Amino acid sequence: MPGITAYGAYLPRRRLQRSAIAAANAWFDASLAALARGERSMCSWDEDPVTMAVEAVRDMGAAAPVEALFLASTTHPFAVRQNAGIVAEALNLGSALRTMDAAGSLRASTTALMSALDAAAAGQPAIVAAADRRRARAGSPMEMLSGDGAAALRTGGEGEIATLLGAAMVAADFIDHFRASGDDFDYGWEDRWIRDEGWLKLVPQAVERALAKAGVEPAAVDRLIVPCHLRRVPESVAKACGIPAGAVADPMMETVGQCGTAQPLLMLAAELANAEPGQTIVVTGFGQGCDALVFRVTDAIGATRPGRGVAGWLSRRVEESSYHRFLTYSGVVEREYGKRAELDRPPALTAQYRNREGVTGFVGGRCSRCGTVQYPRSIYCVNPNCGARDTQEPHPMADVPATVKTFTADHLVFSMDPPAYLGLVEFEGGGRTMVEFTEVDPESFDVGTRASMRFRIKHVDERRGMRQYFWKAAPD
Amino acid sequence: MASGIRDKVAILGMGCSKFGERWDAEPSDLMAEAFEECIADAGIERSQIDAAWLSTAFDSVNVGPSALPLATALRLGYIPVTHVENMCASGTEAFRGACYAVASGAADFALALGVEKLKDTGYGGLPARTRGVTNDLFAPTVSAPGAFAQLAAGYRGAHGIDGDDLKRAMAHVSVKSHANGARNPKAHLRREITHEQAIAAPMVAEPIGLFDCCGVSDGAACAIVTTPEIAVTLGRTDVVTVKALQLSVSNGEEVGFNGWDGAHFKTTRIAARRAYEEAGIDDARREISATEVHDCFSITELVTMEDLGLADEGQAWKAVLDGRFDADGEMPCQIDGGLKCFGHPIGASGLRMLYEIYLQFLGRAGERQIGTMRYGLTHNLGGHPAQNICSVAIVGHYDG
Repeated sequence: MPGITAYGAYLPRRRLQRSAIAAANAWFDASLAALARGERSMCSWDEDPVTMAVEAVRDMGAAAPVEALFLASTTHPFAVRQNAGIVAEALNLGSALRTMDAAGSLRASTTALMSALDAAAAGQPAIVAAADRRRARAGSPMEMLSGDGAAALRTGGEGEIATLLGAAMVAADFIDHFRASGDDFDYGWEDRWIRDEGWLKLVPQAVERALAKAGVEPAAVDRLIVPCHLRRVPESVAKACGIPAGAVADPMMETVGQCGTAQPLLMLAAELANAEPGQTIVVTGFGQGCDALVFRVTDAIGATRPGRGVAGWLSRRVEESSYHRFLTYSGVVEREYGKRAELDRPPALTAQYRNREGVTGFVGGRCSRCGTVQYPRSIYCVNPNCGARDTQEPHPMADVPATVKTFTADHLVFSMDPPAYLGLVEFEGGGRTMVEFTEVDPESFDVGTRASMRFRIKHVDERRGMRQYFWKAAPD
Repeated sequence: MASGIRDKVAILGMGCSKFGERWDAEPSDLMAEAFEECIADAGIERSQIDAAWLSTAFDSVNVGPSALPLATALRLGYIPVTHVENMCASGTEAFRGACYAVASGAADFALALGVEKLKDTGYGGLPARTRGVTNDLFAPTVSAPGAFAQLAAGYRGAHGIDGDDLKRAMAHVSVKSHANGARNPKAHLRREITHEQAIAAPMVAEPIGLFDCCGVSDGAACAIVTTPEIAVTLGRTDVVTVKALQLSVSNGEEVGFNGWDGAHFKTTRIAARRAYEEAGIDDARREISATEVHDCFSITELVTMEDLGLADEGQAWKAVLDGRFDADGEMPCQIDGGLKCFGHPIGASGLRMLYEIYLQFLGRAGERQIGTMRYGLTHNLGGHPAQNICSVAIVGHYDG
């Protein structure tokens, strides 16, 4: 039966305190204080929907082969250059893969999930990943209520942990907010109208259709996922559908915020971590209509666990109280970066293409003669006692644990997160390379610190709109 | 087996510009300043120069590419001129080219000139630059202090040295070089500093603080070389000859294989061993009178003392604190102020080091003059501790 076979999530480590947003903007809009509860996740400068999606897929654990990858986002870094293709290459999923970007609506993720389940039903296991890093004007409610994050699901026709019972949708050009192509920010309408005419009418309609298809009574629903940033809307939707109030899933507004199109899958990943066999879960996605999917949790639920999962990422947090850092990383303020930042590094798409396995996939080489692991792959083996030619077999290293051998905190080089930490890491089983570090806690970081590789932005070429991805080491 | 360079080439003349923030000077001014001193010292005509080598590492800042900047600045006579670039070892690389020309018999007189014009960027420190489009895909973005600070972490880890002890030794290196630089009218930085100032200076790349970094300077230095026989014919009684000239270039093993401890320069150890052999030096600690090493950062000088065999492994920090390399110590290091205070116009630095050693041999170093010289050693390091180019040159009196 088609269903979900694995799930994963990713949340950036920084959590911006909403009180910091309110305090900085109180001079202009004191009413923001009413929204200033808890915290929201925020990307570091080197994270975006592509990097977060990669981490969410990695969080699903050991890779089973898939034949399709769908990436949903309303903030895809590239308008042209398939974003799903970057994610697929970072994950070394192979070239015999159907890849597609889903976009344009906050329900792009649930629609993509339907497509992934269709593929699974046709015998093609698939991955659907969703990620958003939504930009908002300084001092706007959207800035306050949004979060950054990603989630991923694997679909398949067997061994599923949650079986699809039925799915339905309601299509309606209901414009709660919009953003024209090329614009930086969304433009929205009044919350009360969005609630009354949108969420409270379109969502129940989709849920009723889906439950009817699934042959499930509303009262039998155990968990209801309504990814809404407006207070009490999930409860009102449940009531309108006849679903028990206790089934309403936490929309994670006080811990994460509304992560755009990632939110339904993020909430589903959180629910699956606590699900029990036999439970019925309804997932909804809202945006120019509504998608609703009904799942039944299977006995296999305990067998598949994500790496950190939503709970793990939630607890792996650092409080961020610098609203100005947030504005800078969001690109909302024009900051003086110093002349070192002016170095022009235009893309070299030829070199990028030749080296994409090593750069995007972090695939090194392992000498078939002497076994030496080396990064990057080279013509001649680096082992001085070997030196064999053309013996290096592809050796994926992104998931290999590493140890810090040397490092420094560089205050001179341009960095969006100074000081820049960089140094030499050695991989378990051999191989070493110079890396940039990310997410360093100065107090606990030293030679010998254990680290894992993370897919991040290495460099942004603002002039041409190009961003260069690569892997960095983050302390465990 | 190759017979090596020993006593095949004599230094006939040398010159060096004032180093510093030469807001007033174009690269051509700096080249002419060094060259005028050099050609006067050599006592030959410009038209007698058979071939020339130009070293500059950051040519895109101002000097410009190719050998043309040297040929046009000095109006050389349409002779062969070669531009060399090997990062911070560039100056010694130019010298090597000139020496090889003389040693081969292809030239009677060869010129090596290094110049760098760094202070046309609008900011302090070395100019930011790319490392080529493919390298930029992989390599971390790092400043020079950031790269060399790795060495401090590696050295501390490998030998179990307390961070504060190492920082004290690093401070001693810089205090010593400032004291030396203060006595050198051509040096960029001419103020003495205290140990406390060095320790308390703003952090640049942990644990490298401001006073652990060398000066970023404009400047030029040059040499005219010939054969010892010609030097004697020209009336020289005290001929300074090249005893060894070695270069060792990393093949990527340090950063790519699994043995390197991050606490030493593999290249320096290899180049030093070969140079001592080439020069016929059995006991470097007794036979070498003074060194000019690549003190781009204090930690580099400290570790280099071990790699040159002038201090025991893991013990250089103690030798430094004991004053062994001070002006009045057993083996003065950077008697001219070093990169630290004479300054570091990259392409000129190797030749600047030779310039000081040459002056010491001829007793022309003024108040910096140390006692009798037996061998003098210069050392350059281009790149990063994990992957670099090391040059070692040894000069001495001509034994005939």
